[in-house]
Amino acid sequence: MLVLEARATQSATAAWLSPLLAMVLTALTGAVIFLAMGKTPGIALYIYFVEPLTSWSGLSEVAVKAGPLILIGIGLSLGFRAGVWNIGAEGQFIAGALLGSAPAVYFYDSVNPLILPAMLAMGVLGGMGWAAIPAFLKTRFNANEILVSLMLVYVAELLLVHLVQGPWRNPQGWGFPGTRMFPDVALLPMLFPGYRVHLGTLIAMAVPLLAWFVLTKSRFGFQVQVFGSAPLAARHAGINNHRMVWTTLLISGGLAGLAGVMEAASTIGQLMPKISPGYGFTAIIVAFLGRLHPVGVALAGTAIAVTYIGGEGAQISAGLPKAVTGLFQGIILFYLLAFDLLTRYRLVRIRRGERAA
Amino acid sequence: MKNIIKLTALALAGALALTTGAVSADKTKVGFIYIGPPGDHGWTYAHDQGRLAIEKELGDHVQTTFVENVPEGPDAERAIAKLAETGHELIFTTSFGYMEPTLKVAKRFPNVKFEHATGYKRADNVSTYVARFYEGRYVQGVIAGKISKSNVIGYIASFPIPEVVRGINAFLLGAHSVNPDIKVKVVWVYTWFDPPKEADAAKVLMDQGADIITQHTDSTAALQAAAERGIYAFGQASDMIHFAEKTQLTSIIDNWGPYYVARTKAVLDGTWASTDTWDGMDKGMVVMAPYTNMPADVAALAAKTAESIRSGAFHPFTGPIHNQAGEQVVAAGAVADDGMLAGMSFYVQGIDDKLPQ
Repeated sequence: MLVLEARATQSATAAWLSPLLAMVLTALTGAVIFLAMGKTPGIALYIYFVEPLTSWSGLSEVAVKAGPLILIGIGLSLGFRAGVWNIGAEGQFIAGALLGSAPAVYFYDSVNPLILPAMLAMGVLGGMGWAAIPAFLKTRFNANEILVSLMLVYVAELLLVHLVQGPWRNPQGWGFPGTRMFPDVALLPMLFPGYRVHLGTLIAMAVPLLAWFVLTKSRFGFQVQVFGSAPLAARHAGINNHRMVWTTLLISGGLAGLAGVMEAASTIGQLMPKISPGYGFTAIIVAFLGRLHPVGVALAGTAIAVTYIGGEGAQISAGLPKAVTGLFQGIILFYLLAFDLLTRYRLVRIRRGERAA
Repeated sequence: MKNIIKLTALALAGALALTTGAVSADKTKVGFIYIGPPGDHGWTYAHDQGRLAIEKELGDHVQTTFVENVPEGPDAERAIAKLAETGHELIFTTSFGYMEPTLKVAKRFPNVKFEHATGYKRADNVSTYVARFYEGRYVQGVIAGKISKSNVIGYIASFPIPEVVRGINAFLLGAHSVNPDIKVKVVWVYTWFDPPKEADAAKVLMDQGADIITQHTDSTAALQAAAERGIYAFGQASDMIHFAEKTQLTSIIDNWGPYYVARTKAVLDGTWASTDTWDGMDKGMVVMAPYTNMPADVAALAAKTAESIRSGAFHPFTGPIHNQAGEQVVAAGAVADDGMLAGMSFYVQGIDDKLPQ
C-alpha cells in the first residue's frame, strides 16, 4: 500500500522546477493526444507553442493577451500568499471597465486628453469598490470571501448587460446593445502601427517589477509573507488580520479593475454585453502556475497567452478543435498540482499491518 | 529522465519537419468565424452547413477554414485578423458582436472581402447579410395558436436586439391571427449558446404554464427539456427532429449555402461588391422543416401560410399593428417597411413581458 508522508524539508529547486516539468509533460501528453487524433504531434505542438512567437503580429497578440492575465494574476497572488481567496477578479475586471468607461460614455465627443488618465483612475476605483464588498463582509461578519467575490461576478455581468442595453446604449445603434465607440482621446495609444500592442500592455509588464519590489523590500511585503505562512505568529507580531484582508482585496480588485478599463479602452474601444473572455478566472491559474511570485506570474501569464494564440492558429492551420486549448490549460494545472503534492509529501510503501511513522 | 529527453527530441524533430507546408497554394481560401461550435446543431451548425456547401460546389478552387467558439469581445479582432493574415480572401463573421472587430480588420486588410452576418455597418470591403427569420416565426405562431391548450407559449430569448424582438412580435402576430387569447411569456437568457441555461429557461416557462416552447438561442437543450415533460416545441436554425422526434413541431432552417456559394463565386469571378442582403423564404434563405406532431389541418394551414409569405402574397407585419401602449404603429392594410423592421425595439400588443430597457 502507498501512503503520503510529509517531507521534513522541501526543496526550493523542486518548487521552481515543477512548473517547468509540468509544461514539458503537458507537451508530451499533448503529443500523445495529437497522435491519437491522427495529427503529426511535432507539427501540432509547433503550431501551438512556438509559432505564436515567430512573427511580430504573433508576439504583439501574445503580449496583448498576457497583459490583463499578468495584471490580475499579480494582484491575486498577493492575496493568495496572505491566504485571502479572491475568486471574483472577473467581476472586479468588469466593475473597473464600467466605472472607468463612464467618462468616455458621457463625454463621447471629448477631445480633452485628460480623459484617459481619469478613466484609468476610475477603473482602479471601480475594481477596488467591487472588491471592498467581500472585504467588508469578511471583516465585519466573517463571510467567506470566496463565495461573496464569486457571486459578485454574476452581479457585475448583469450590471454590464443592463447598462449597455439601457442607459448607456448607443442612440445611433438601432437598439443593438453596446455603447458608442470611445473618442480617440479615450483610447490607449498604440505602440506600433499595424499591431494591437498598446500602452496598457507596457503598464501590465511594469506591474510585476513593482510588485516584486514591494514584496521583497517593503514592510507590507514582509507582512504578507508572514501572514500567509504563519497566521498565528503574524498575530503575535501585531500584524492586523482585518487590515491584511482589506489591503490584499483592494490591491487585487484595483489591478483587475485597471485591467478591465484598459481592455475597454484599447482592443474593444466600447462597452458591449461581453467584454472579458474569462480573464479573471484564467488569472487564478496564472497566479498558481507562477508560484505566486511576480516574475513567475509574468512568465505564466505569457505561457497561458501563448496557448490561447496557438490554439487559434491550430484551428486555422491544423484544423484542431478549440477544446484542445482548454485541455492544455487543464493538463498544465493537473501536472503542477501533482508535482506540488510530491514536493511537499513523498510516497512511501508500507506493508499491511504497519503504520506510517 | 532519459526517456523524457528522447521524447522531447522526437517532438522537436517533428516540429522541424513542418517546413514542408501542406496547403496547396492555388486554391482561394475562405474563412469563417463562429460564435459557438459547429456541433451546436443550431446557429453555428447552420453556418457550417453553408461552409460545407462551398466545399461541395467549389471544392476544386476553394479551401475553407473555420475558427470556432470565438467570444464577442477583444478576441474577435485577433481571430479575424489571423484569418486575413493567413491568406484568406473572403471571411464570413457570423455573429452580431463581430461588427466593430470586422470593420477594424477590414480597414487593415483592404484587399480582403468581409461578410458580416446580422450587422448594420458596411464598408467598401464589408458586406452585411441576414435572413428574414421572422417569416418563419409567423408560421410557428400560427401553429402554436392552433394547438396550444393552455394558451401560454414560452419564448426563450437571447438579447433584446431588433432581430430577436422582431421574431417575438412576428410569432405573436401569427398566433393571434388564429387565436387572440394566446399569451407569450418571454425569458431573456443573455447568451446565444449555453445549453444548461437554455434548459433552465424552458423549465421556468413550463412551470408558468407554457405548453409550447420556442427559442431564439442556438442549442437543442430547450427542445429536449420540452421532450422530457412531453410537451411540444420548435427547433431553431436547423432541423432538430432527431433530438426530439415526438416534440418538434417544425423548425426554421437557416439555409446559408446558396448565399455563401454565390458570394464565393463572386470573389472567384472578381465581381464581389459590398452589399446589404436581407433574403427570406422567397430566395430560399429561410426554409421550414417538415410539419410534424400536429393534426393534418394545422400542418396544411402552416404550409399555406408559408407559401403565401414565400410568394409575396402576404407579409407577416401587415397592419393594423399596435404597440404595448395601444398606439397604432402600422395602419390597417399597410405593411411595416424594412426600416421599421430593422430597428424594431418595441413589443406589439399582447406580449406578456416588458422589453428590457
